[in-house]
Amino acid sequence: MSAPAESAPLPGGPHDRAALARSRAAAQSSIRWELLSQLVRKDLKVKYQGSTLGFVWSLANPLFMLGIYYVIFTYVFPAGVPNYHVYLMAGLLSFTAFSQGVINASVSVVGNAGLVKKVRFPLLVLPLSGVGFAMVQLALQLPVLLVIALISGVNFLGPEFLLIIPALALLLVLTTALGTLVSALNVRFRDTSHFVEIFMLVWFWTNPILYRAGIIKEQLGDYYWVYFLNPVATIVSTVQRAIYDQPFTVNDQGERLQVLADPGYLFYFRNLAIGFVFSGLLLLLARRTFNRLQADFAEDL
Amino acid sequence: MPQPVISAPVISAKGVSKRFLTHSSKATQLKERIVKGRGAGTEEFWALRDVDVTVGDGETVGLIGPNGAGKSTLLKVLAGILRPTSGQVEVQGRIASLLELGAGFNGELTGRENVYLNAALLGLSRKEVDRLLDSIIEFSEQGPRIDDPVKHYSSGEYVKLAFSIAVHVDPDVLLIDEVLAVGDEAFARKCLGKIEQFQQAGKTILFVTHSLDLVTTLCTRGIVVDHGRVQYDGDPAFAVGTLRKILGTDRPVGQPLAPVEIGGVVVHSAVASTTPGGPASSRLRAGDPLHLRVTCEVLASDEVYPGEVGVVVMGAGDIPVFALRTPAGEGLPPVPGRYDVDFAIDAVPPLNGAFILGVQVDHAETHLPITARRFDDAIWVETGVLPGLLDVPALTTVTEAS
Repeated sequence: MSAPAESAPLPGGPHDRAALARSRAAAQSSIRWELLSQLVRKDLKVKYQGSTLGFVWSLANPLFMLGIYYVIFTYVFPAGVPNYHVYLMAGLLSFTAFSQGVINASVSVVGNAGLVKKVRFPLLVLPLSGVGFAMVQLALQLPVLLVIALISGVNFLGPEFLLIIPALALLLVLTTALGTLVSALNVRFRDTSHFVEIFMLVWFWTNPILYRAGIIKEQLGDYYWVYFLNPVATIVSTVQRAIYDQPFTVNDQGERLQVLADPGYLFYFRNLAIGFVFSGLLLLLARRTFNRLQADFAEDL
Repeated sequence: MPQPVISAPVISAKGVSKRFLTHSSKATQLKERIVKGRGAGTEEFWALRDVDVTVGDGETVGLIGPNGAGKSTLLKVLAGILRPTSGQVEVQGRIASLLELGAGFNGELTGRENVYLNAALLGLSRKEVDRLLDSIIEFSEQGPRIDDPVKHYSSGEYVKLAFSIAVHVDPDVLLIDEVLAVGDEAFARKCLGKIEQFQQAGKTILFVTHSLDLVTTLCTRGIVVDHGRVQYDGDPAFAVGTLRKILGTDRPVGQPLAPVEIGGVVVHSAVASTTPGGPASSRLRAGDPLHLRVTCEVLASDEVYPGEVGVVVMGAGDIPVFALRTPAGEGLPPVPGRYDVDFAIDAVPPLNGAFILGVQVDHAETHLPITARRFDDAIWVETGVLPGLLDVPALTTVTEAS
């Protein structure tokens, strides 16, 4: 409903208001970012406040997982990868950031029901804060990985390290897209978040985290590309390429085995491009779905 | 009553309806959706039906109604939290909705941290909060407690901090849901002071409340909602009267005023009219002739000697405004029968709002009351737009002080 056309342009009247609305719209987006950072901060504080070790706990979980997998896949079922812990950690941290981001986001709207029903604010910040939380944890974990890599004599200081930038960018876009989508769906169908958690357990194994990517190449041959239709596999293998330095290894029988998904660059660029197209489309779909469903959130919660 | 000039509607709701689907058992689980199908076990409930509300710049509107009338739903629809099933809502400017104080608080965080978080939710930037922080803390009266986790706050302290943040958001439109009666009396008064500041700054305020005194003292307009529809929209005093009628708390006509029922005389009615003995006029204007007719019945009885009849016109809070009384010895005769006692006033004084008529019949010899009854909202006078029982014209000039 616009103001009546004949109303005089009083100070503080509709004309001023229009100008005000424009300047506020500009301020709005920066406020959203601030709100997002406030929410992520809140989650971090709430999660680690009162614990003596604080942020160290954000490392404890992946480090324990790492320890367990390391023992099993070095001594029980040897993966045959030199400096396995670095290879494993690179993949595990990337995947955990993805899965945790999506899981956090999936419960973010339902978990903040009190807020959604009582305060008007851009609801999109809720799933984004869930994703942001996982990304902040990754940002804390990555330096540890790099230090461990350095200590282990893994040389990642080459041009290939730059691959980590598009890899993390794709990780962010994909996690945001999927997280936003499931957060909206979870309001209507509360089963969504449970389903997501189970699905992540399965999804984990479809990525070259515990095993050499080369195994897949050996098994699939010409259909190797099918495996990388999974954008998470692209992210994981690109992060591995960026940090891990031995594309090939030689086993006890003297066979030359491929560890990384590919020793070159083009392979990654191509798969990253596919991943970005897919994630971009998913992001559009997620935003549309979220925007369509969010008007009913307060009612459905 | 001269309508306040509505320059541009700040809040405009047209034909707003809101339907809720109540599930007999919540079919939110995927399984039940599939098993039961979409429409099974759902019932419709219309919380709002064709509501039109237009609020102009600087108005303070009290939204009142019985429980479950749809007030909170309307507020949520206006706040943009709920989507109307049909109809349109437009709100200009920055809205702050206080539907629940401290809705965004996290118990683990300190008061200070919660200020930043809550203010961000309400749309303030970090820089703005930095600037306002001292003022927020001061208004909330928390002092050094601001650095304690809010889970250790008492409910009063919690609410003080929340209200303090909300009023510092400096919105154009403030939507408040039953949260004004918070904290101790001193703080409640401070809150009202803040609301008055908002009014003076020309902000638009819309609040839901059950304390009807607040509506008459604070609002420029009252809207009564019942069964999802607007039942009355206009003068706050009339709005309160309308609601009391709906609630049945307007005290049934002719309810005893005081426990002095001796008997022998019954007051049947007290009617205000513009003509002698004419029909009841619900709305009067200052200057109208006023005829009050009190109808009494003297019952056959040996003991009682009815005497003078008095009428007290009372404003909100039972404040007597003026009284009328039959001259000594000219009251009801001690003869059984029905009598009309008429009081004629040339011109209605410049009253403002709804008034109560208190009728009392005294004993002819002891002059103690025999019976007394009150008639709520018996006189409704529309005069000014300013608050107050009286509308007093004044000549105002503004000159520079020497």
